[in-house]
Amino acid sequence: MALTIEVALLSLLISVILGLFGAIAKLSKSRIARSAATVYTTLIRGIPDLVLMTIIFYGGQIIVNNIGDSLGWDYIDISPFVAGTLTIGFIFGAYMTETFRGGILAVSSGEIEAALAFGMSGWKVFFRITLPLMVRHALPGFGNNWMVLAKTTALVSVIGLHDMVYNAGVAGGATRQPFTFFLVVALMFLCITGLSDLGLRWANRRYSVGVRKV
Amino acid sequence: MDYNVILNNLPLYLNGLLVTIQLVLIALVSGFGLAVPLALMAVSKNSYLRYPAKSYIYFFRGTPLLVQMFLLYYGMGQFEAIRESVFWMLFREAYWCAIIAFALNTAGYTAEILRGAIEQTPFGEIEAANASGMSKSTLYRRIILPGSFRRALPAYGNEVIFMLHGSALAGVITIVDLFGAAKIVNSRYFVPFESFITAGFFYLCCTFCIIWFFKWVEKHWYVHLRPRTS
Repeated sequence: MALTIEVALLSLLISVILGLFGAIAKLSKSRIARSAATVYTTLIRGIPDLVLMTIIFYGGQIIVNNIGDSLGWDYIDISPFVAGTLTIGFIFGAYMTETFRGGILAVSSGEIEAALAFGMSGWKVFFRITLPLMVRHALPGFGNNWMVLAKTTALVSVIGLHDMVYNAGVAGGATRQPFTFFLVVALMFLCITGLSDLGLRWANRRYSVGVRKV
Repeated sequence: MDYNVILNNLPLYLNGLLVTIQLVLIALVSGFGLAVPLALMAVSKNSYLRYPAKSYIYFFRGTPLLVQMFLLYYGMGQFEAIRESVFWMLFREAYWCAIIAFALNTAGYTAEILRGAIEQTPFGEIEAANASGMSKSTLYRRIILPGSFRRALPAYGNEVIFMLHGSALAGVITIVDLFGAAKIVNSRYFVPFESFITAGFFYLCCTFCIIWFFKWVEKHWYVHLRPRTS
């Protein structure tokens, strides 16, 4: 379970960073940045995560070693942990891009205009005004993405990382009680998603202070 | 890129595509059939109906599809009673295990989507139906359910795409669907890029078809919301 949470949190970090860059790119004035971000989100959201994971796990190995060969490095082994974390982060970066883009668009332009009128630079406006205000709008989508991400970490067992799904398979095979072991894993996932649900509700309340409810 | 490998194995991929489509369609249809009663139970005022449905939805949305599939495929053999019953014919086959797991999973998600849509029914519609003397079942059949299906459509389109993506898991338990075909090609020739990217390309095409199909349905179902053109 510790490994699952580790993979989940690390890939969440990667996906948030990618998502922020993606959202900025999608809303930027540069056509190249916009189309690059669009290709990224469309491709990722159109292909199953399992397929992407195998492409990056097996294919990434070859690419890295081809580059390594030409630079005269030794053989580099990409561990399932690195491949799994990177892939999940990469996949959910695309989903986060869409969530953050919606959040940024929901920030009222008056606030940004006011900040500009104060003479803040573009980056300052983004970090001091847009980012904190967009959290409230992006939070529900972010929460959904996190839940799906946490469940997607089960896939790393397919590329050979010894997470709790993999261990349950081994233990179930040895004791001939696979149902019991997989059920425990399912309950552990329920704990993760249930606790996150509580946490997200709390965060949602906190960030919506001062918003009138209908 | 070695295109010959892809071309030589195209029949394998096309067969896999067929299996994928089959899996997804059967799972979606039976899952939807299961989701409608579940959603109705989840909005009912009777707590004996509501809590089982809510816990079903909570379980299937809270755990990974992979674990649910393993529970059925590996787990069911643990029980003597199942091994000796007629159901063993189903649980012995990876194909049926995958279909049952997918159907149960998508039923959970679809029920949640429908529940939200049913709860959003404008109260005026229900009042109007009551005023015209409709019975409870007529009210559901004619007013609440059709309106909810319409409201649920965009979210359901996403769910169908997720089901397509989830169906790749069938390749893990020995079924030769698109992903299974890619796995076979990869292990035979060791060409991870060619094999998996081809599968990814096919999945991408399927995704676009689904998006296009739902756009088309939305155009028909949302006619009343379109701005008037003179």
